[in-house]
Amino acid sequence: MAIYECPGCHYRYDEELGDEHEGYPPSTLFENLPDDFICPDCGVRYKEDFERVSDS
Amino acid sequence: MTTYTLQHPEKGLISYTDKKRYLWLSSVFMPIFPMLGILAYFATGSEWALGLPIFFSYVVIPFLDWGIGSDEDNPPEEIVPQLEEDRYYRVLTYITVPMHFIVLIAIAWFVGTHDLSVAALLATAITAGMYSGLGINTAHEMGHKKTALERWLAKIVLAVPAYGHFCIEHNRGHHTEVATPEDPASSRMGESIYKFALREIPGAFFRGWNQEKVRLERQGRSVWHWKNDILQSFAISAVLQLGLIYAFGWIMIPFLLVHNVWAWFQLTSANYIEHYGLLRSKEESGRYERCQPHHSWNANYIFSNIVLFHLERHSDHHANPTRRYQSLRNFDNLPELPNGYYGMYMIAYIPWLWYRVMDKRVLALPHINGDLSKVNIDPDRRDEIYARFGGGGQSPTTPLAA
Ligand SMILES: [Zn+2]
Repeated sequence: MAIYECPGCHYRYDEELGDEHEGYPPSTLFENLPDDFICPDCGVRYKEDFERVSDS
Repeated sequence: MTTYTLQHPEKGLISYTDKKRYLWLSSVFMPIFPMLGILAYFATGSEWALGLPIFFSYVVIPFLDWGIGSDEDNPPEEIVPQLEEDRYYRVLTYITVPMHFIVLIAIAWFVGTHDLSVAALLATAITAGMYSGLGINTAHEMGHKKTALERWLAKIVLAVPAYGHFCIEHNRGHHTEVATPEDPASSRMGESIYKFALREIPGAFFRGWNQEKVRLERQGRSVWHWKNDILQSFAISAVLQLGLIYAFGWIMIPFLLVHNVWAWFQLTSANYIEHYGLLRSKEESGRYERCQPHHSWNANYIFSNIVLFHLERHSDHHANPTRRYQSLRNFDNLPELPNGYYGMYMIAYIPWLWYRVMDKRVLALPHINGDLSKVNIDPDRRDEIYARFGGGGQSPTTPLAA
């Protein structure tokens, strides 16, 4: 499990927690997010822009 | 006045005082302005007084922008975290939320209990709609933020103009598709504001609704579930507006209709001028380039910015949407509007004048430099625009191939 961060607004996607509001249950891997995933906070950065910041 | 300081390892002591700190109070008091029209009516007995707020917005503000001029100051980047943490700024946005409810109810009371001519009723409804349109502006500022409180307040204030889909549509739709032909909320060169309104208002609603549907379906819920953020906001609208009809009678129906449509049209007006003709290029991957500051028209005019929570510093906003209003920056070489938003709205309402003022500005932008393939053009007017500005060149058949 890892944490990925939006380089623009620092939104963090933690695979362990998922993102309930967005409809991604806990343990949803980042790679399994849809290809057209866009940062839910800023709407500017695409999935491939996200940076892996830590393993958890 | 608060001064922020920071000891920087290389740059030494950095200090910054926000000269606009107390001017931001204008954004809070702006919704009170329609009440001044009503007070002037009580003082003079003349229905003409009810037109004062409209006159102020569309005539006085453009002159103030022209006379007071612009402010190109930026806070130092190192200070921005402190500036964003200062709760004063966000409290101002919170206060506007109840004010929008109070103002609408007060104006509704006035309309419901006074015998007004049709013209006076229309002027009052337009005034009310103009100020509820500012509620969309407040929701815009708060809806981009990450705290649950601000997102809730955004949903609540959107109930006043009955525009509950705005935050979802704007953050997920407009921000991702901005300055592309696909975006119903980005205007095209040669497209009049009236044609744009008919594309933008329904287009934005359906895009927002579909996005909420997709989100709820991922959660395993129906789009009609009460957790639908759009339905929550519209439920508050229903309570508010049906309550006004119940309290003040049938006259509320035309009043609220004009009020709602005018509030939406304020947003339409802002969207129309914010990205006119601008186009993000397509990368080889088939995706559009990330939104850059030159994909929005910017304006630094002091007066209209301080009543709109810095909305006009739109270039930085689109490149960095979660940045708070007090820290939005100006950049060099941005597409610059020749007046503030209210002045530009007035120009936009007269399409031939708008084209005269703006089309040459679009083509003169450094990243466009007369190249029509880099402009977002209304397909219905493409041939005409190529004939006029394209140096006799032919309109390409697949105009968007990068
Ligand atoms: Zn982001």
